[in-house]
Amino acid sequence: MGYTPDFSVVWHAMPALLWGCVGTLGLALAGMTLAMIIGVAGVAARDAKAAWLRAIVIGFVEIVRNTPFLVQIFFLFFALPLVGVKLNPTATAIIALGVNGGAYAIEIIRGGVQSIHKGQIEAGYALGLHKGQVFRSIVLKPALRAIYPSLTGQFIMLTLTSSICSAVSAYELTSVAQRIESDTFRSFEVYFFVTFLYLAISWLLMAGFAIISHRFFSYPTR
Amino acid sequence: MTPHFGLPEFGFLLRGLQWTVLLTLVAFVGGCTAGLIVALLRTCGRTTVEWIVRIYIGIFQGTPLLLQLFVVYYGLALLGLKLSAFVAVAIGFTVNASAFLGEIWRGAIQAVPRGQTEAAMALGLHYSARMRDIVLPQAIRIALPATIGYLVQLIKGTSLAAIVGFIELARAGQIVSNQTYQPLLVFGVVGAMYFILCWPLSWWGSRVEARLALAGQR
Repeated sequence: MGYTPDFSVVWHAMPALLWGCVGTLGLALAGMTLAMIIGVAGVAARDAKAAWLRAIVIGFVEIVRNTPFLVQIFFLFFALPLVGVKLNPTATAIIALGVNGGAYAIEIIRGGVQSIHKGQIEAGYALGLHKGQVFRSIVLKPALRAIYPSLTGQFIMLTLTSSICSAVSAYELTSVAQRIESDTFRSFEVYFFVTFLYLAISWLLMAGFAIISHRFFSYPTR
Repeated sequence: MTPHFGLPEFGFLLRGLQWTVLLTLVAFVGGCTAGLIVALLRTCGRTTVEWIVRIYIGIFQGTPLLLQLFVVYYGLALLGLKLSAFVAVAIGFTVNASAFLGEIWRGAIQAVPRGQTEAAMALGLHYSARMRDIVLPQAIRIALPATIGYLVQLIKGTSLAAIVGFIELARAGQIVSNQTYQPLLVFGVVGAMYFILCWPLSWWGSRVEARLALAGQR
């Protein structure tokens, strides 16, 4: 034995770790934005008339959801340069997170769209609302409200998943931690502390999402 | 002279696949056992115990699996335990599974209508008989789709053991890819192996879920 944990290394590395947190949040935000774009496009294609387009979307969703993110990011890391896309590791990580999150977003958004009944839209027109009003307050807002919990949950999942991007040395919290670890050999202290940094990030996100939900989506539905 | 991706390399990946399956099984069985305890403690009715378990679950749900593995891996070594890489990551995945399965089963136990528990109490059944014969058999049915879903998560999650250095399927893929310089082919094959493992389970899970939803409508 004879090992005394020494958390002072963590204290000295604090600025680097906090920048790592910023990197993680940036990565997650960029990844989620891409995921939403893929999600909306995917939902449109998922219900398209062309059967081959539907098959591609279904295949994409099944492949992404049934393979590990680590293998996906390795694959993209080597595949993107082959198709002429030369990006730094962080940009590659954003694309990998976006593709992965996009597959889940397709399923979530699709559920939201299906939750709006046609009769509701017709009722809106019958009440004399014009097109923009119907879309805003009868389609978009209730659909967003319906998918809000799953979508924000997905965002937090994506933030936690982004730690795997350290495998291609993208700039985020875990790779910062790995660098500090290899400088100081204080593996346990560094990773223990960083785990709680992630916990703080997810709690902050959860609290933020709850406030937004309370502000925009707390109205009676019946 | 670099070797091409041939039968020996494929065999190496298959051996990695074996370790992935074994790691998943050990973690799943261990996680089920510990998860049942977590679920029972979470629903035991004592506020302090329930809160402690709640925090336990919250920590695992709010932190990355990779970091949990790092902490367990290096933490066990700190305690002076000389464990093989397999045992260390297996413990890591088991603890993670206990939290997630515990939370899934907590929901299932609470989804069993309250009247069932009350009727069992009125019949004079004590806690263990009530749980074993009345509540848990119904809860298992409710929890089945989510449990299968977690199993798929677990299979995919075991790939993170590669980062800690344990040679399972993903790590085997990295090694072969470095030897052959054919990363696309190798990671394509590795991805296909994971897919063959996970997809039937996902399909089964969604079927069970659909059947349960149908039964709920009646």
